[in-house]
Amino acid sequence: MSSSTASRWGLRTLGLGYLALLLLAPLVLIFFKTFEDGISPPLDAITSPDGLHALKLTLIMVAIAVPINTIFGIGCALLLVRHKWKGNGVIDAVINLPFAISPIVIGLSLFLLYGTDGWFGPALADLGFEVLFSVPGMVLASIFVSLPFVVRETVPVLQEIGTDQEQAASTLGANAWQTFWRITLPAIRWGVAYGVVLTTARVLGEFGAVTIVSGSINGKTQTLPLFVEKQFANFQLPGAYGASLVLALLALTTLLAMNLLKRKEA
Amino acid sequence: MEAHAASSSAATPRAGIRLPGVGAGLGRGAVVLYLSLIVLLPLAAVVNQSLEGGIDAFWSAVTSPQAVASLKLTVICSLIVVVINAIFGTIIAWILVRDEFPGKAAVNAVIDLPFALPTIVASLTLLALYGHDSPFGIDIAFTRTAIVVALLFVTLPFVVRAVQPLLLEMDREMEAAAASLGAGGLTIFRRIIFPNLVPGLAAGVALAFARALGEYGSVLLFAGGLPETQVSSVFIRSQIESGNDLGASAVSVVLLLASLLLLASVTLIQRWGSRHERDGDGGGLTTMPMSGDVVTKKEADDE
Repeated sequence: MSSSTASRWGLRTLGLGYLALLLLAPLVLIFFKTFEDGISPPLDAITSPDGLHALKLTLIMVAIAVPINTIFGIGCALLLVRHKWKGNGVIDAVINLPFAISPIVIGLSLFLLYGTDGWFGPALADLGFEVLFSVPGMVLASIFVSLPFVVRETVPVLQEIGTDQEQAASTLGANAWQTFWRITLPAIRWGVAYGVVLTTARVLGEFGAVTIVSGSINGKTQTLPLFVEKQFANFQLPGAYGASLVLALLALTTLLAMNLLKRKEA
Repeated sequence: MEAHAASSSAATPRAGIRLPGVGAGLGRGAVVLYLSLIVLLPLAAVVNQSLEGGIDAFWSAVTSPQAVASLKLTVICSLIVVVINAIFGTIIAWILVRDEFPGKAAVNAVIDLPFALPTIVASLTLLALYGHDSPFGIDIAFTRTAIVVALLFVTLPFVVRAVQPLLLEMDREMEAAAASLGAGGLTIFRRIIFPNLVPGLAAGVALAFARALGEYGSVLLFAGGLPETQVSSVFIRSQIESGNDLGASAVSVVLLLASLLLLASVTLIQRWGSRHERDGDGGGLTTMPMSGDVVTKKEADDE
């Protein structure tokens, strides 16, 4: 009995110690480092025109990429679960690609496609539409990296709820649209919401893919993560830590939302 | 099972919310078009660029000393990382399922932090923690060890979240039987528990490996881009910046192939795992252990 107690304590110490060193210590240190020299240096850096612009641009990314991927995600999940088709396996596999591909490769792919020698770049430039080193390219990168989340979270919920209630609704004369709004969407809402939270977190924090297509121009094509890197590279540590703290608080909010949604879902 | 019901009802009109024949076709067309524009065409552009100068140019770009060094470093660091996180991930999943201690819910919630925290923030704080002004006096910044630590951070949740549901599902009677027959703790783990965890462990390791191979942000500030700490993603970035699109694309194609192989192996592992455990096959669609949601559903079932 004593040996099992010892091994229990050993495992507990090992696991929790690892988490403390790897996860908790960095999180605590962000707070400490940010306010090392008082509250005003980081605050001034974040409220500088470039800092505020970075925050605004980050929120614009979220406001565009998240709704697009949510609508796509729900529609795609419905097709995959409810409409058997021989191509579904391929669609399913393509949706998982952004999980496994390096953000740098994703950035490069957009860089090549929309660059001056790319397949789309010259034609769009003739129309006066700049994708690279401007907001559209950054939006495309954000959409690419966050594409799988809503689909992956919605598919299992759709499989679980089955079709009984929907069949009842349609028997009672509801059309497909009414059935979707009144029956299906309320039933899958927590799964969708969970996917939306994960999508938002990914878009807020994306660095690699966005950095390649944006050029990280101060006050123009700089999101908060890019702002962190630029400030650090220019030895502006208060700005780097201040923006990091904002992003860390957003991450903690995300974790909180995930946990609340998990309870709702269960 | 639902997927099965949907498929068998293809001939009958009533099957829950289904688009009419034309609508389903249109929807499918929209999904395929969207995926092509957003994902497939850009990736095709990379492959196309890598083969611009023919297969010989591709090969010499991939086998250039710098490219080989970066790929080797990336693979070795990623292998070390998945081995460490396979062990610690299993231990953490174990204490989250089988142990009771105050604050367990908070620990369970914080596991997903690496998914939520931007990678560049992770890099900055790891540098502050284990760099020149380390409060612990550990300075590993700009070394290969820093690459490993950064990758340990970003890949931590994969194994935990893949193993946790399997531990929750596991039948405790087999362990009790083995114990009553005189098996010790280690024997029970090796002969009974571990074999049941293999599918989850393998899927988690494959996903963590894919993530580690392509990781960029968390490595950037902490390990830097010195010649001896240049992982493949940093190498690709430097090639783009120096205008060598061929060099960047060729190494990218190697990473892409690795991603495809790892994703395919995850799918195969899940098929194989689900054949042993569940009656429904989920319509052959994949599930990703990317967060704790799977776990909570299982917990809810148990209650």
